[in-house]
Amino acid sequence: MLTILFDGVAYGMLLFVLACGLSVTLGLMNFVNLAHGSFAMAGGYVTVVLVNRWGVPFLLGLPLAFLAGAALGALFERTLYVHVYAKSHLDQVLFTIGLVFMSVAAVDYVMGSSQQFVNIPDVLQGQFNLFGVGVGRYRLMIIGLCGLLTIALQLILAKTRFGSRLRAAVDDQRVARGLGINVGAVFGLTFAFGSGLAALGGALGAEILGLDPIFPLKYLIYFLIVVTVGGTSSITGPFVASILLGIGDVAGKYYLPSLSSFVIYTIMIIMLLWRPQGLFARAASR
Amino acid sequence: MSAVPPENARPLAAEVAAFLTRRARWSPLEVVFWLVALASIWLFPQKHLILTEICIWGLFALSLDLILGYAGVISLGHAAFFGLGAYSAGLLAKYGWISEPALALVAAALIAAALGFITSFLVLRGSDLTRLMVTFGVALMLGEIANKFAGITGGADGLQGVEIKPLLGRFEFDLYGHTGYVYALVVLFVMFVIARRVVRSPFGLSLQAIRGNALRSAAVGIAVNWRLVAIYTLSAGYAGVAGAVLAQTQSFASLEMFSIERSADVLLILIIGGTGYLYGGLVGALIYRFLQDELSELTARYWQFWIGLILVAIVLTGRDRIGRWLAPVVRFADEIARWRPGRAASAGEGR
Repeated sequence: MLTILFDGVAYGMLLFVLACGLSVTLGLMNFVNLAHGSFAMAGGYVTVVLVNRWGVPFLLGLPLAFLAGAALGALFERTLYVHVYAKSHLDQVLFTIGLVFMSVAAVDYVMGSSQQFVNIPDVLQGQFNLFGVGVGRYRLMIIGLCGLLTIALQLILAKTRFGSRLRAAVDDQRVARGLGINVGAVFGLTFAFGSGLAALGGALGAEILGLDPIFPLKYLIYFLIVVTVGGTSSITGPFVASILLGIGDVAGKYYLPSLSSFVIYTIMIIMLLWRPQGLFARAASR
Repeated sequence: MSAVPPENARPLAAEVAAFLTRRARWSPLEVVFWLVALASIWLFPQKHLILTEICIWGLFALSLDLILGYAGVISLGHAAFFGLGAYSAGLLAKYGWISEPALALVAAALIAAALGFITSFLVLRGSDLTRLMVTFGVALMLGEIANKFAGITGGADGLQGVEIKPLLGRFEFDLYGHTGYVYALVVLFVMFVIARRVVRSPFGLSLQAIRGNALRSAAVGIAVNWRLVAIYTLSAGYAGVAGAVLAQTQSFASLEMFSIERSADVLLILIIGGTGYLYGGLVGALIYRFLQDELSELTARYWQFWIGLILVAIVLTGRDRIGRWLAPVVRFADEIARWRPGRAASAGEGR
């Protein structure tokens, strides 16, 4: 029981790292980026290539994956995404789903369609017993790492100058512009950072979520649920939503293995009926 | 508006009626379009299998146009209804519950519409993002149901062993797809006429008002939610019919029909053809099928890449800009559309 809870929390933390970039960019520019999972997949594959082929240590591979994802995100943001911000949601959906398809086919072409595994160091493998609860080392590391990241993110948002600029831009873009905040630059940075986080999530999650070319499509629904349920106004909302979804999904797989895939849809529908504007929505959300 | 004297009210009502009639009139261009479609039965007998597919895709895109082009609802999972229609028709035929294809078609449409009605209440909640999530989630869920109940649906192997009885007890579905094509074309035409009637009606106008601004539409007395429920249900039924025709002409249904790729394909088809004038889906299906033939000869396995590239290219170029390139064509079409037998084009309608 506690093991399930533990695994669920680890899974949820992972989902949070994967999706939080999406929720911030969505709240900031009202931009629907369905291609967010493609950056996560890129991070996963970068780690696979680095660790398995070039023998880079796993723990060094993670920050490199983050950097690769952030660089990729910045590149795409500056060259392609900037042209689409002002367009309708329909255009944004078409554009980003097009990117997803291209990334899926491109990765299939370069890396093949089979599932990839990252070689994880022995230290992180196996389980140990903690007060009678089986704790996987790798999952413990994920919880630790993602927990630190969450705290760091919260601090950046709440305490730094950049954080207050970002919050101002999310709250009211026009007024923020009027106050001399360069919203475009704030957005570019946030986008790159969010893509980097997704890439890091993809690298960490290769072991748990599995890594193959259809990753962006397979987990798209999870990202969407996290963002819609959690709302886009803070990072607490997506965090709680991710943890709930993670625990729900893992518990569903354990207790109702034949119906496991329906559990998340049920969660989605109940959430929608209960709080159609998201868990922590403010009255004036866009 | 209460200041209008009663004697002026009649001309206004007459004016509105005249406007609606004018909108609903068939233009010569449309007549030519359908005559060509009819002629294709005799002109291209070897191409009937491909033409059948084009009809089905066209009908599917038409169903999406009803919600996207007219009501402005974005769906990422319209394949849900397409697949449901296909499986309904397939199962009805396989287990012999309804052996008459035309009746099974109606049943499949009703089943898909029923699901559309139920899910419409979820879809109507929240923003575009929520709609994306719900429509996508519903399609995934149906695919999962079809996968899990493998005993009935055949699971990942698809629904096999479907035997479609002769249409109306007389016309057997042949191997070359001749019966299938005539059947698909007739279904497409009938559904098109109904859709045309619906969108040209005051109801259709109110939908366009909702797409323009839901808040203001509510303020002038349009029951926004119920109108959206109605059109979503109708659209689901249409998609169900498209799926059912596919299952009946191919005697097969598969899980792939629920996939996101299907939903994206139909979006692409509609976008290629243009939204909001009903013919977009049909034109788009023709172009799409042609593209598919050309591109999959290059790389059948990475066909998805090209779909993605086309989508990105269309958005980056700008849909309205592409529309402007086509402006001369559209103007020419308008000229023809305004033409009536026995009347000069320039005389027009006195607008």
